[in-house]
Amino acid sequence: MSMKATTRQVDSITVIDLSGRITLGEGCVQLRQLIRDELGRGNKNLLVNLADVTYIDSSGIGELVSAFTAVSNQGGQLKLLNLTKKVHDLLQITKLYTVFDVHDDEAKAIASYGKSAGA
Amino acid sequence: MTTDTSVVEVTLESDLKKVEFADEISRRVSATAGFDEDDRQKIEMAVHESLINAIYHGNKNDETKYVYLRFEIHGDRLVVHIRDQGQGFNPDTVADPLATENLLKVSGRGIFLIRAFMDEFKVENLPGVGTEVTMMKKLNSSITPNQGGTDREHEGHNTPS
Repeated sequence: MSMKATTRQVDSITVIDLSGRITLGEGCVQLRQLIRDELGRGNKNLLVNLADVTYIDSSGIGELVSAFTAVSNQGGQLKLLNLTKKVHDLLQITKLYTVFDVHDDEAKAIASYGKSAGA
Repeated sequence: MTTDTSVVEVTLESDLKKVEFADEISRRVSATAGFDEDDRQKIEMAVHESLINAIYHGNKNDETKYVYLRFEIHGDRLVVHIRDQGQGFNPDTVADPLATENLLKVSGRGIFLIRAFMDEFKVENLPGVGTEVTMMKKLNSSITPNQGGTDREHEGHNTPS
């Protein structure tokens, strides 16, 4: 199953719900394009919901890092929501858990962007 | 007469779309070998990462080249061989992805994950043949392997033309 993505606005935050596989090839390309599109629309505060991501490989992790860097370079914030145990473990052993701002409650995650984001 | 080792061999074209198929085989083999869910995921990821390296870096996505995958279920461990037709590489030259300066790099975590998830990992450059990666995972001795299947199984074998 390839990756699927839907986006929705909650206050001024763009929530991206991902599902399926984020792997080298189609999944990574899709994610990269999605982030570019959102930044192109001026949406710089992104919350990526990984609850339904069934598989992520090292390239998928790299794509999340790339998205994080791209958003940060534009003065925005990219945060992660609802990590599965698998993704959580991968971020732990790659030391990226401390790089990303990770949440397991959407309302609290939205609130964490603060007033500067207009949330 | 039965032996202590079961073998599954698969030959794959150098197409990233085949990796998902290999992931499924990996899951089935590790389940048959008796690994728990956590270890099955680790084995799947190690095989996945190694296969990506073989197709993408080894065979350079050349669909006329193949990747040979061999799983050996021994009584106390699973050994996986992945051989490509590429020019080889030295895993010791791969930068440490945990180093502060590399933490935000987009690539370079595959070999690290394989080493983290498997008990043994080695790379052999075979002149004129390709590169063979061998990795091994020990089976938790408290779990009894599933003895189903034949001594030697072949799944999804695509004979090179």
